[in-house]
Amino acid sequence: MVLLSKIATNNGHGENSSYFDGWKAYEIDPYHPTKNSHGVIQMGLAENQLCFDLIQEWVENNPKASICTPQGSNGFNDIAVYQDYHGLPEFRNSVARFMEKVRGNKVRFNPDRIVMSGGATGAHETLAFCLADPGEAFLVPTPYYPGYDRDLRWRTGIQLLPVVCESSNDFKITREALEDAYEKAREANIKVKGLILNNPSNPLGTVLDRTTLRDAMSFISERNIHLICDEIYSATVFNEPGFISIAEIAEESAYRKHRDLIHIVYSLSKDLGFPGFRVGIIYSYNDAVVNCARKMSSFGLVSTQTQHLIASMLSDDIFVEKFLDESAKRLAERHSLFTQGLAKVGIKSLKANAGLFCWIDLKRLLKEPTFEAEKELWHLIIDEVKLNVSPGASFHCSEPGWFRVCFANMDDETMKIALSRIHKFVIQKTRPDQPTTRKQCKRSKLEISLSSRRLDEFIMTPRMLSSPHSHMTSPLVRARN
Amino acid sequence: MAIEIEKPAVGLSKVAVSDTHGEYSPYFAGWKAYDENPYDELWNSSGVIQMGLAENQVSFDLLEQYLEKHSEATNWGNRTSGFRDNALFQDYHGLQSFRKAMASFMEQIRGGRAKFNPDRIVITAGATAANELLTFILADPGDALLIPTPYYPGFDRDLRWRTGVKIVPVHCDSSNNFEITPQALDAAYNEAESHNIKVKGVLITNPSNPLGATIKRSTLEEILEFVTRKNIHLVSDEIYSGSTFSGEEFVSVAEVLEARDYKESDRVHIVYSLSKDLGLPGFRVGTIYSYNDKVVTTARRMSSFTLISSQTQQLLASMLSDRTFTENYIKTNRERLKKRHQMIIDGLKNSGIECLKGNAGLFCWMNLSPLLEEPTKESELTLWKSMLHEVKLNISPGSSCHCSDPGWFRVCFANMSEQTLQVALTRIHNFMDRRKAMKSSPDFSSY
Repeated sequence: MVLLSKIATNNGHGENSSYFDGWKAYEIDPYHPTKNSHGVIQMGLAENQLCFDLIQEWVENNPKASICTPQGSNGFNDIAVYQDYHGLPEFRNSVARFMEKVRGNKVRFNPDRIVMSGGATGAHETLAFCLADPGEAFLVPTPYYPGYDRDLRWRTGIQLLPVVCESSNDFKITREALEDAYEKAREANIKVKGLILNNPSNPLGTVLDRTTLRDAMSFISERNIHLICDEIYSATVFNEPGFISIAEIAEESAYRKHRDLIHIVYSLSKDLGFPGFRVGIIYSYNDAVVNCARKMSSFGLVSTQTQHLIASMLSDDIFVEKFLDESAKRLAERHSLFTQGLAKVGIKSLKANAGLFCWIDLKRLLKEPTFEAEKELWHLIIDEVKLNVSPGASFHCSEPGWFRVCFANMDDETMKIALSRIHKFVIQKTRPDQPTTRKQCKRSKLEISLSSRRLDEFIMTPRMLSSPHSHMTSPLVRARN
Repeated sequence: MAIEIEKPAVGLSKVAVSDTHGEYSPYFAGWKAYDENPYDELWNSSGVIQMGLAENQVSFDLLEQYLEKHSEATNWGNRTSGFRDNALFQDYHGLQSFRKAMASFMEQIRGGRAKFNPDRIVITAGATAANELLTFILADPGDALLIPTPYYPGFDRDLRWRTGVKIVPVHCDSSNNFEITPQALDAAYNEAESHNIKVKGVLITNPSNPLGATIKRSTLEEILEFVTRKNIHLVSDEIYSGSTFSGEEFVSVAEVLEARDYKESDRVHIVYSLSKDLGLPGFRVGTIYSYNDKVVTTARRMSSFTLISSQTQQLLASMLSDRTFTENYIKTNRERLKKRHQMIIDGLKNSGIECLKGNAGLFCWMNLSPLLEEPTKESELTLWKSMLHEVKLNISPGSSCHCSDPGWFRVCFANMSEQTLQVALTRIHNFMDRRKAMKSSPDFSSY
């Protein structure tokens, strides 16, 4: 038998986790309004599907944006041949302008600092390759997107160390938590190379306030470590207090001289709803990082066909303004509908103003305040309520009982059905005097088989993954290899 | 305790500060000269002609014609949800219709002599990503891949930079037309072993870049025997498989495996791309085809870092599943490349320059060793600089391809119009005339 590498044979891909059960359940039995109304509703996928009508309309009215139309085809040759890793100038310009608009034009972005990558997935990995050596670490506040475990660690060999945030102060990132995490790393002889911030936060749906951003800047500049700001949900902010980007802090006089520590990750997958187009962006204030990341972008460039479409779309100012307004409005409505529906049965969710999901508190439904109980509840929700939601443990949350529930990847009717299922479940579960017949939770066997998937009927992303480790006791993630 | 090496103000990784990205090679220096002074038929007829870029522009009209006739199919189809479904599709398996179309296209290129299963196709953003990804999967940092020289300069970056894997060259030389021999393979393997380096695989490019020639069936069989004996992997980079000048001469490793019922095939992996055969480098369409289930699964997971835009998958699924189009394209493309190749070979011959006998690719492997002062790499680079600055042609020196025989150059011919090629040939002709004149001049003093 011919051997494969350590990277190929370890679990760094993250897919051997039991948290895949929810996805498998959806795959086997996907909800459909007419063909399978009792199927599993996918609420584990952070996708933005609320504004496709606007996009569709734009695409139909702008045939030149596609090189496959008679109107656009005379540009085909030049576009198809262009493989320069700087990217089409019009693409970089339009993305820079779009990022400025999303930030209320309070900051300026230089198109020459825009580097492409294979989605935000590729952007994170590229930055890790540029900023840290194997064995070194990034700090990341919990709870965080499970995909970071793979994206930042798998092929790079770097470690992620948690900055523990708690519900007692709404999961805000405190100076103490940052210093605590850094100190723990020092004691374990692990070199910290950077801090990752996700703003707006996945899974919390909250934005960072100015104080926290400034605290983070002071923290990293004092230690001369990097700051990676993942702002992929920046245009999903739908309510006050609005969005403050690290780019604003970077322009404040107190921090200007530390700008070369700041790197922003962006993508069009969430804000525009284009995950298939693989448009990832690294924006760095550090020339050496821009240069290095640009060379590495050879491994994950954006198709020029897509660069061309995006450039056309994002340079249509009238369309962009209308889209951003309407998207925020619809997200606000959907969020409100969902949280009010939950409140009706006493389910609290973290007060949020952004994102495509809710961070809900199901602590009172747990048998006991443990992650085991959380897992049991989660299996119950998948098997009985037929909803694929994401348990807090997969986000490395330090407290059991929290779940992330996505609400922007479905239409209104499906949302209503999901809510009614939740209502029924909560009422039944909290009814006194009923012997709780605990169903045997089906633990489906984990096998990612090669069988062809029914791709027309559902969309599956492997990105919503979590670490196979269960670290209930120690927040310090141990090195794997 | 290691001494701290002085780092810039804020530290980057070792990978970031290393030179393994390879951009200081003369391979790229020539490009800069071109960028600063690019040839244009009308506006800059004395500019540098780019002959260092292996691109295929001879068959673009065929693609354009196809698009004109099929704009709806390629443009998200008729369904109103077409755009939405496509924009949302991020499954790392890739669109099934796209994989089917690629498998079928790869079969057609091989004249139906090998079958490809769409479920073994893993998508990546270009062959650049495919090669790096395979390296991550097949070898650990510090391990090595054996690569026959001369080879594509980009491998130095693609296979080594972020992976930490080494390349150990398998030396091939002009004495036998640069063919790969079992002795050379053994010598390379032993060389690695003597340095305590673990060899994890052999990587061949077939048809070869820069040689512009296909690998013989008997050689493929010897290579397969070698990797089996050593229990290591074989990666066959076949990105020029559709750029052969005849349909018959190219033998893919897939055919050899099929002929032996896929025995020992779980060590074989094929890289393909549409950048060369279809002339679509901007679209970033690469694939890995592996006969090893675990490699397919792992590669697919890793492809998350480098997927093909679903918009592009959609376009190509439509184009490549149209057999009328693909059959005509493959045939016409071959004819035009053959004609272009003949033109440059004849032109060079008229100037007294020989090339390696080639039958594929977008370039020829030109022998200028008779022009060297001394048979050294330095002489070769001196000659290369003359070609660049005096003759204003950007060609690629053999040393940048790790060729052990000095004096060979790769010259691309498919990335320009026939007129431009003619201009290039005229310049070469004049250059050779000038050199002959200098040599026969009585005042000629040796230099």
